Amino acid sequence: MNVLGYLIPIALFLGFVGLLAFLWALKSGQFEDLDGAAHRILFDDDDLENPK
Amino acid sequence: MAEVTQADARPSAPPPREDWPGEDWPGDGWAGTSDPAAYVREDADGTAELDLVVENLHCPGCIPRIEGAIKGLPGVLDARVNLTTKRLHLHWRPAEVGAGTLLGAVTRQGFHLAPYDPGALRGGNAEEAKALLRAMAVAGFAAANIMLLSISVWSGLVSDMGPATRGLFHWISALIALPAVAYAGQPFFRSALGALRGRRLNMDVPISLAVILATAMSLVETAGGGDYVYFDAAVMLLFFLLIGRYLDLRVRGQARSAAENLMLLHAQGASVMTADGTSRALPIAEIRTGMRVWVAAGERVPVDGRVELGRSEIDTSLVTGESLPRSVGLGAEIFAGTLNLSGPLEIEVTAAGEGTLLAEIVRLMEAAEQGRSRYVRLADRAARIYAPAVHILAAASFLAWFAFGGLGWQASLLVAVAVLIVTCPCALGLAVPAVQVAAVGRLLKKGVLVKSGDGLERLAQVDTVVFDKTGTLTQGRPELANRSDLTESELGLAAAIAAASRHPLARALCRAAGEVEPLKAEVREEPGLGLAAILDGRDVRLGSRTWCGVEVTENDAPESELWLAVPGRAPVRFAFRDALRADAAALVAWLKARGLAVELLSGDREAVAREVALTLGIERWAAARKPADKIARLEALAAEGRKVLMVGDGLNDAPALAAAFVSASPAQAADISQTAADFVIQGEGLSPLAEALRVGVTSRRLVLQNFALALGYNAVAVPLAMAGLVTPLIAALAMSASSIAVTLNALRLNLIERTAQP
Repeated sequence: MNVLGYLIPIALFLGFVGLLAFLWALKSGQFEDLDGAAHRILFDDDDLENPK
Repeated sequence: MAEVTQADARPSAPPPREDWPGEDWPGDGWAGTSDPAAYVREDADGTAELDLVVENLHCPGCIPRIEGAIKGLPGVLDARVNLTTKRLHLHWRPAEVGAGTLLGAVTRQGFHLAPYDPGALRGGNAEEAKALLRAMAVAGFAAANIMLLSISVWSGLVSDMGPATRGLFHWISALIALPAVAYAGQPFFRSALGALRGRRLNMDVPISLAVILATAMSLVETAGGGDYVYFDAAVMLLFFLLIGRYLDLRVRGQARSAAENLMLLHAQGASVMTADGTSRALPIAEIRTGMRVWVAAGERVPVDGRVELGRSEIDTSLVTGESLPRSVGLGAEIFAGTLNLSGPLEIEVTAAGEGTLLAEIVRLMEAAEQGRSRYVRLADRAARIYAPAVHILAAASFLAWFAFGGLGWQASLLVAVAVLIVTCPCALGLAVPAVQVAAVGRLLKKGVLVKSGDGLERLAQVDTVVFDKTGTLTQGRPELANRSDLTESELGLAAAIAAASRHPLARALCRAAGEVEPLKAEVREEPGLGLAAILDGRDVRLGSRTWCGVEVTENDAPESELWLAVPGRAPVRFAFRDALRADAAALVAWLKARGLAVELLSGDREAVAREVALTLGIERWAAARKPADKIARLEALAAEGRKVLMVGDGLNDAPALAAAFVSASPAQAADISQTAADFVIQGEGLSPLAEALRVGVTSRRLVLQNFALALGYNAVAVPLAMAGLVTPLIAALAMSASSIAVTLNALRLNLIERTAQP
C-alpha cells in the first residue's frame, strides 16, 4: 500500500493544476462570450483581414 | 439656420454641429447623441478604448464582417465582438485613426451602433457570475477528488481495507473538503445569514445548515475513527447547487443585458440651435422650455414643441395609433415620439421633463407596473413550503432517535444530517434554471428577446390576448391599395417621381412599382404638399389634392391618397392603406384554435379598426382608445380573473404593456414600449409570438415535471434517511441521479416539434 503515498499526492496535484488552469481562463475573460467563441473556430484568418 | 433649403431635406446630411468634426461622421447607423469622442477612454499609454452596442448583430457570420472591417484599418490594436451580449470593444491608437472612421467602417456594413460606458453598466452581475464560477470550480475540483477517495473507502468497506487506510483517506478528504466548503459555500452562507437576520427562512438556510452540519459531524466521525463520513455529499451538494445558481444568474443577466442594450440604442439627444445659427447636440435631460430644437426629416421629434419654421408631415402612429400622417405648419403643436416625415422643422420647446406627454405616459406606466410586481416565481413558491418542511423533518428525526430510538446524540445527529443532505434541493435548485436556460436559448434563435426572467412563467398562464392595431397587427406603413385601377405607365411615372422623396406614401409607391427607370429631370419637394418635376416642358405633380389642383370633395374613406396630375390629362388617384402583417390572420386563427380569447384595442378611428377586426375575425374590438382607456380595459379583464397577454408597439400602449399580466412588442416599437414589454419580437412577422407561447407552456410543464421528479425522489429517500438507512454511498447516488434526471428533462424542451406553425 506504500504506492498510495505518492499516487494520492500526484492525483491531487494534477487536479489542482486543472483547477488553476480553469481559474486562469476565467480571469482572462474566456467565458465572457460563449456563443461567439463556439463559432470563431470556423472562421478563416483571411475572413478577419479582408471581409467580403 | 435662416431658411430651409432643398439640401436640408435630406436626412442623411446632419445639420452643422459645433462639436462635430465634419469628416469624422460615423454614418447613418450611429445612434449616439453626439460625437463618439465623448465616450472614448484615453489610456495612460496614449491608446484609446471604446465600448459599443451593436443593434442588429444576430448571426455568428457578423463577427468576421465587423472585426474584419475594423482590423484592416491602421492604428487598430484590437476589435472584439461579443456575440452573447451584442457588444463591441475597440482599442486603438488615436494618433493614427479617428473614432468616427472606425465606426464608419462598421456602419457601412449596415450595423447600428450605440456607445456605452462599461463602468456604469458592468455592475454586480458580471462580477457575481465570475465569483459563482470560481466557487463552482473549487467545489467541482473538491467533489471529484473526494469522490475518488470515497469510492475506495466504500469498496474497502466490503473488502479488505484496513481501518488505518480508511482513517488516512478520511483525513485527506477532510483536508480537501474543509477549505472547499469554506470557500464555495460562501454564496449560500451569506444569503442564509441575511435571511435569518430578517427573521425569514429561505432555501439557503437548510442548505447551509446541511453543509455545515455534515462537514462538522464528519470531522467528529473522522477523529473518532468512524465508518461513515459525508464530506463527499457536502461538497457535491454545493457543486450541484452552484451550477443551478450560475444558470439562473446567466438567464437573468441575459435578460438584463437585452434590456440595457435597448435603452442604450434609443438614448436620444436633440439638436439645439445656438445663437450663432449652428446647432449643438444635447441630452434630452438638459433640454429646457423655450429652447429651439432642429428636427431633420426622417428623425423622431425629441421633445414637445411648437413649429417655428418649416412645413412637414408628422407620423403620430406611435403616439396615438392614428395611421394617417398629419400635416403641420407654423404654430402647430407636435409631441415627442412622433416621426417627422417630409421636411426639416425648427420647433420651440413648450414642455420639457415632467411636463411632456412622454412623462405623463411614464407616470401611467409606473402606476400600472406596481400591480405586476406581486407575481411570485414558481421556484420561490416551492421554497416557501420546502424550507420549513426540511427543518421540521430533520429536527423530528434527531429528537425521535435520541429520545425513543436509543441512539446517542452523535448517532442521532448523523441521521438528521443524512435527512438534511438527502432532502437538499439539488434537483429543486436545478429544476427551474435548467429549463429557463434551454427556453431562452431556443427563443433567441427564433427571434424573441426575453427581457424578464419570470416572463416565460407568466406567459404560460395566458388565456386572453389583447392586440394593438397600428404597427402591431398591421405593418405600420402604408401599402398601395388600388393597384388594379392603375395602368402600368401611370404607376411607373408616379414611382419615378416618388423615388426622390422619403415620405412613406412615396416609398410605398416605389415598393409597389418595383424597378423603375430613373427620371432624367430634377424633382422638387414641397414639404407637406407634394413633389413636382418638369417633364418635356410640362409641370407634372404628385401629391395632395390641393397640390394637384383636384377639387376638394368629401373624404372619409379609411385610406390615405396621392394624386398624379399631368397637364391635359385627368388626375389619377393612388389609394394607400396600412396593410396587415402577412402572418397576422394566421396568428389570430392559431390563438383562437388554442382556446385563447382575442381582443383588439386600437387608438385609431373606428372605421379602420372595424375593418381590421372583421378581416382577422376578432369579435371583440374597440377603437379610439386612449392609454387610460386601455389600462381600464385590462384592469376589467384582470378583475374577471383573466391573465392577459398585451401585444402593442406604440407610445400609447406602453402603460397598457406595463399593466398587463405579460406583454410583448415588435422590435419596430417605440423605445418606451420595448422597455416596458417582457418580450421583444424581432423580424417582420408576428409568428415568433406563437413560438414564445408554445415554449412558455412547454417550459412551465417541464418545470412542474421537474418538481414532481424532485418530490418523488424525496418521497423515497426521506423515509429511508429518517429510518437511518442512508449511507454516504446512497446519498451520493440519489443526489446525482436526481440532478441528472432533472437536467435531461429540461433539455427535452429542444425536442418540441415545429408543427402547427401559424
